Amino acid sequence: MSNQNPTETDKPLECDMMVIGAGMAGMAAALFAAHRGLTTVLVGESSEVIFASGLLDLLGVHPVAAQKAWDDPWAALASLRRDEPEHPYARIPDEDIHSAFGQVTDFLAEAGLPYTLGGDRNRRLLTSLGTEKISYALPRTMDAGPEALADRGACLIMDIRGLKGFSARQIAFARKADWPGIRPVRIAFPGTEKQAEVYTEPLARALEVEAQRETFAAVLDPHVRDVDFVGMPAVLGIYRCSEVMAHLEARLGVRLFEIPSFPPCIPGLRLKEAFEQYLPRRGVRMITGRRVLSARFEGREGFFFEVGASDVQLRVRSRATVLASGRFLGGGLRSDRQRVRETLFGLPVHQPTGRAEWHRRRFLNPAGHPLNRAGLAVDDGFRPLDTNGRAAHPALFAAGTILSHQDWMRSKCGSGLAMASAYAAVKAFCEAGIGGAG
Amino acid sequence: MSEKIVKTRVLVIGGGATGTGVARDLALRGIDCLLVERHDITSGASGANHGLLHSGARYVSSDPVSASECAREGRLLKKLAAHCIEDTGGLFVAVKGDDENYIADFPGLCRKCGVNCRQVDVAEVLERETALSPDTIAVYAVEDAAVDPFRLCLENMAHALDLGAGLQRHSEVTGFTVRNGRIAATHVQNHLTGEALRVEADLVINASGAWAGQIAAMTGAEIHVLYSKGSLLIADHRLAQRVINRLRPSSDADILVPGGTVSILGTTSIRIQTLDDIRPTIEESDFIVDTAAQMLPELQKTRYIRAYAGVRPLVGSQKGENDRSVSRNFSLFDHAESGVENFITITGGKLTTYRLMAEKAVDLACDKLGIDAPCLTAVQPLPACEDFQWTEPGLAAKQWIQDHEAGDLMLCECEMVPSSVISRVMASIRKQNEKPDLRSIGLRSRIGKGSCQGAFCGVRISAYMSDLPEMQDYDAVTDLRRFLEGRWKGIRPVLWDASLAQEELQEALHCGLFGLELE
Repeated sequence: MSNQNPTETDKPLECDMMVIGAGMAGMAAALFAAHRGLTTVLVGESSEVIFASGLLDLLGVHPVAAQKAWDDPWAALASLRRDEPEHPYARIPDEDIHSAFGQVTDFLAEAGLPYTLGGDRNRRLLTSLGTEKISYALPRTMDAGPEALADRGACLIMDIRGLKGFSARQIAFARKADWPGIRPVRIAFPGTEKQAEVYTEPLARALEVEAQRETFAAVLDPHVRDVDFVGMPAVLGIYRCSEVMAHLEARLGVRLFEIPSFPPCIPGLRLKEAFEQYLPRRGVRMITGRRVLSARFEGREGFFFEVGASDVQLRVRSRATVLASGRFLGGGLRSDRQRVRETLFGLPVHQPTGRAEWHRRRFLNPAGHPLNRAGLAVDDGFRPLDTNGRAAHPALFAAGTILSHQDWMRSKCGSGLAMASAYAAVKAFCEAGIGGAG
Repeated sequence: MSEKIVKTRVLVIGGGATGTGVARDLALRGIDCLLVERHDITSGASGANHGLLHSGARYVSSDPVSASECAREGRLLKKLAAHCIEDTGGLFVAVKGDDENYIADFPGLCRKCGVNCRQVDVAEVLERETALSPDTIAVYAVEDAAVDPFRLCLENMAHALDLGAGLQRHSEVTGFTVRNGRIAATHVQNHLTGEALRVEADLVINASGAWAGQIAAMTGAEIHVLYSKGSLLIADHRLAQRVINRLRPSSDADILVPGGTVSILGTTSIRIQTLDDIRPTIEESDFIVDTAAQMLPELQKTRYIRAYAGVRPLVGSQKGENDRSVSRNFSLFDHAESGVENFITITGGKLTTYRLMAEKAVDLACDKLGIDAPCLTAVQPLPACEDFQWTEPGLAAKQWIQDHEAGDLMLCECEMVPSSVISRVMASIRKQNEKPDLRSIGLRSRIGKGSCQGAFCGVRISAYMSDLPEMQDYDAVTDLRRFLEGRWKGIRPVLWDASLAQEELQEALHCGLFGLELE
């Protein structure tokens, strides 16, 4: 892409589908659009993906106020649809959710990041605090975690000297009542003996090298003689996790699993790298590290965008748009002291009446904060509504956390909702046949 | 559980500025004492104020006695506790529309109270203090300063402990045994250990601030204490070099105190009926921003880190309509007058006059105990104690940059607090026979005070603590939950714009991933 500002005569980039946002919803929307044969451009700053834990949740808790955790996510979905007809999941049938998970995890497997789906079950695993997390699709590197937790047998939890925010002893202490076979150990990662602080990324890169893996295995080996499982920080490679895992497991004779932790973390980085490297191979034009500076409707036929870091560097014209710009962290929503607005199109935002109603008095109130359920209200085709309650534009769609009537952080449904709503949005565009889609 | 009997000459109730000041004053006079505090040092109003060392100028019209006291005490503390004070100087600023008569009378009123005040050229001030409104019409310079109330109280307590005083934190007074017009015993319950104490003292000094009326009532004595809640906001940068006051009769949201790299803005004055749930509200934070922005327009666009609230104990008649009109002077009660011979209450007043309040209370105590020992706090400097220097913004960072041991992990990245500092703070807490947790470490350092508000450093520090051999029974999840809830009280009122992004990240981590709300 040219670094020079475009002049008025520069021809805008033309595409069928413009995806705004490089988080889970945006990446998935671009993938689905490409699969349906749409020429697709994705614009977004992907920095937030590295905050992702790497887990793909479907639905873990409902109703959140009752703290009811579900082992069967599909039964949880059925219950959610009955109780909350305005929840975005209520507009998406199970088979589409299956398709969304299937297409994304197939893609990730091809990108060297295999996932294991839960099928009809949610899966419970340890976090780095020692708490239990409910999720659905796990990267292969975390796959043995739920088994180890269910088994509650001999399990070593390993941490790394100088790696902050991850204490094997803390995890072991949290589980000591219900998991007596858990045992903490601290190791010095080979080559970092002289360093005060170590960071996950250089460790993960080191383990991609076979010789370094051998040295690492030699350090770990004396501690694993009598255990079946070893839990550890997420450092099992970035690009070649399967190879790293297979080698170490064979060498040590144990099942390894990574424990999701504190951002920024490697599983998030892996997702970012997989999408950024492999989406272009599916025909998606990726413009990351840039954002949409201005957006406007061009009648009912399409959209016109200016894109750049701060100055306009590129113009894009599209027939349809998926708005997956996230919430406050992603920049899709922004507030002043009075109200929340949508930043790009000025779409109406469903929200509590005033700031006094935004958040509860207790941070950890299980019911969740009312502001979490603020966002864009959509129709059945995931088109954001205007002030009259009608689709703001026939080919403008919204996906992911910007949607209203959901609290993904409390329901444990972030990635699933992102993928499923992206799937539904792209499907709605193609099935509506606006201007002969595809 | 049976009560453990503890004997002491004087029992001091309350670990705020007054109580710790009283303990130090007693100890310097060689009088044996024990201080009991329901929560932790500075957990009441002493830890929830502007951190302003008043020149007295604020009270020259409404409360000349307080004004003169503040002027004298302020000068004294700048000499005796210089390491707790940043001598910023202060300005009184009037903007268009402010009362011109008050502006004209101000220098004369200051003179009468012995408050130094000098008119300065508006254009000149606007060049140096660029955040001031272009509508500024008059400015006077005064001798205000910023004081670190946490360090001040911790060091008063530390000095008292060095001199032989005793301290029981997390220890609440649950009742008194009053016999023949004297307190025979004070009953104290430790919330952490469950231990019950029966404290037998010759004299009890009630320095419990806003709670003074409740404590006194347990003996049968009566004091009318009004509760005036004041809320404040912390802005994320230093908007001015000097303390900025609105030049008008003291009112709400008219002071900005710069401290280190931030600015503290307040206050409100709201009459409350109970002390059960003291917290800043969203309405208050809006009001403070809108009002103070008249003087400093930039405040409308500033990012705020958190809000907090304290309760001023105002002692007086209940007729006063406006709490601002009730004297900020302190009140000293000899409860012999209401039939409890060995019981004194000292309350009201201001942080700036805490030393004087302690002096007067201990003078009365000596009088009643028949002890002839002069007060030494007006001449003896407050010793700087290394254990308590970590509340100073930037200090840990500065020391770490100058020199640090290999392996010294930076645990709080916002305020740059490394593991060596955490260890030293933990040791200082353990020295007082208590188990450290995130909140008590937070009170004694800068952790949780930066832009992450504990969301990240709380996780790192609890992991670090879990690895220490002496923390065998440390329950990190429970500690983290408590710490985050404590921070939330102050975060919630300032959640808009950029703060919401930080909040989203925190909730995604602590609820989305860790599921702390389900524990």
